[in-house]
Amino acid sequence: MVGIPSRHKSLFLLGGVVLLQVLLLAVQIRRDSQGRLIRVWTVGAVSPFERAGAHGISNIRETWSHYFALQNTSRENEELKHENDALKLQITQLQGKAAEADRLAVLLKFRQTNVEVPMVSARVIGGSADSASQTVYLDRGERDGIRRNMGVITPDGVVGKVIESYRDTAQVLLLTDKDSGVGAMLVDSRIQSPVGGTGDPLLVMKYIPNDDTVNSGERVVTSGMDRIFPPDLPVGTIADIKPGNTFKQIHVRPAANLQRLEEVFVLLTMRPLENKQDSGAPNADAPASAPSASTAKPGSPEKP
Amino acid sequence: MNDAFDIRGGELHIEVHKFRTGAIILAAAFALVLQAFLPIYFPKAGILDLPLLITIYFGLSRRNPSTGLLLGMTIGILQDSLSGPTVPLGLYGIAKTVIGYLASSIGARLDTEHPAARFALTTAFFVVHQGIVALTQRLLLSQSERWFTWHLGAAALVNAVVAVFLFMLLDRLRKPS
Repeated sequence: MVGIPSRHKSLFLLGGVVLLQVLLLAVQIRRDSQGRLIRVWTVGAVSPFERAGAHGISNIRETWSHYFALQNTSRENEELKHENDALKLQITQLQGKAAEADRLAVLLKFRQTNVEVPMVSARVIGGSADSASQTVYLDRGERDGIRRNMGVITPDGVVGKVIESYRDTAQVLLLTDKDSGVGAMLVDSRIQSPVGGTGDPLLVMKYIPNDDTVNSGERVVTSGMDRIFPPDLPVGTIADIKPGNTFKQIHVRPAANLQRLEEVFVLLTMRPLENKQDSGAPNADAPASAPSASTAKPGSPEKP
Repeated sequence: MNDAFDIRGGELHIEVHKFRTGAIILAAAFALVLQAFLPIYFPKAGILDLPLLITIYFGLSRRNPSTGLLLGMTIGILQDSLSGPTVPLGLYGIAKTVIGYLASSIGARLDTEHPAARFALTTAFFVVHQGIVALTQRLLLSQSERWFTWHLGAAALVNAVVAVFLFMLLDRLRKPS
């Protein structure tokens, strides 16, 4: 057998290792739906450090803000009083605006129609290790009842869905990811169309024919057709519209702040939610922040 | 075993560095953990690729292509494991394997201790890394990843600046020669 010259050994090793990984990629492409054991191991090994890091940073921030960063407290207090006065005026103005009332009505409707929906709050403890995918890790997992394909929301709107659930951790695919999608519809015209991610901050709304009328700034909500999210949850607002070959090219600005998530709610149900949106008018006395901690079913896991 | 030794080819005099026990493993693990949760608190930090910088540094310092490519492969596959479902195992593994090999090979031929050399090499390696990722996505995954964007160019420069200071810190992990 012909020996390999020593100076070429590393080159052969490089070729072998790259070839091995190419084969690994090929195997995954065929079996993409299977959960991989190495992901479970790696996430299990790293999540304690992420959890410790998240708590450590929180503690340092609290310690700093409560005990050290007090030099300018008096001046900040005066500034906050002025800011508070300005905000009170702004709140009064905003209360008169119909757009605000519409937004509150949508959230209120969600709370009324899904008051029995069990949900659990979770803390975001980590993100994707690369910029190509848009995922986050939560500090809740199978032990808290979280399973794959459960919807994740914030009071502002839809966040994404659970794609992997481990013992104490869950991985959430954000709405902005290339593979993400949600059944949605336009609030004014009630036209239904899926909304998906592109990897960019803006989402895209597909399959709206050029003949249909869509206005910039129009709100987009969930349709409930994907059997993950209940209907009428805010998805976003139309950012811009361009005519395409057959369908319009519509970009949607997400309602939830997906760039800076700290706490979210996981809808603890795999069943399609009942569509009760026409069962009654919104109750003006109910609180406006729709999916809050108080919405969680009694006895369900709950911690901030 | 000697803590450090020299490669002498003609007039070339390049030192091969050894590191304290566990330094490489700890540095790689720390970079992966930071890469995973730092962008949650500082979204702008998502532009950094700390596992890549660690791969480049130890490749340039160890100057052994075999260990360089194996370290790159390990870090890359762990990064793939911590990524979302759009990143199959091996995507970053392949890219970092090649970068580990290239860094080790170049490190064995050039003196890469000067900050300017480190800045230039990191910029180049970052662009090559993204090129390999884009090539893999196009050929194997049928994804239309763009070859170059201005954001990528800015990211390369930012990572190179961070690398200059990070490498100075990592130099402290070397065993005294």
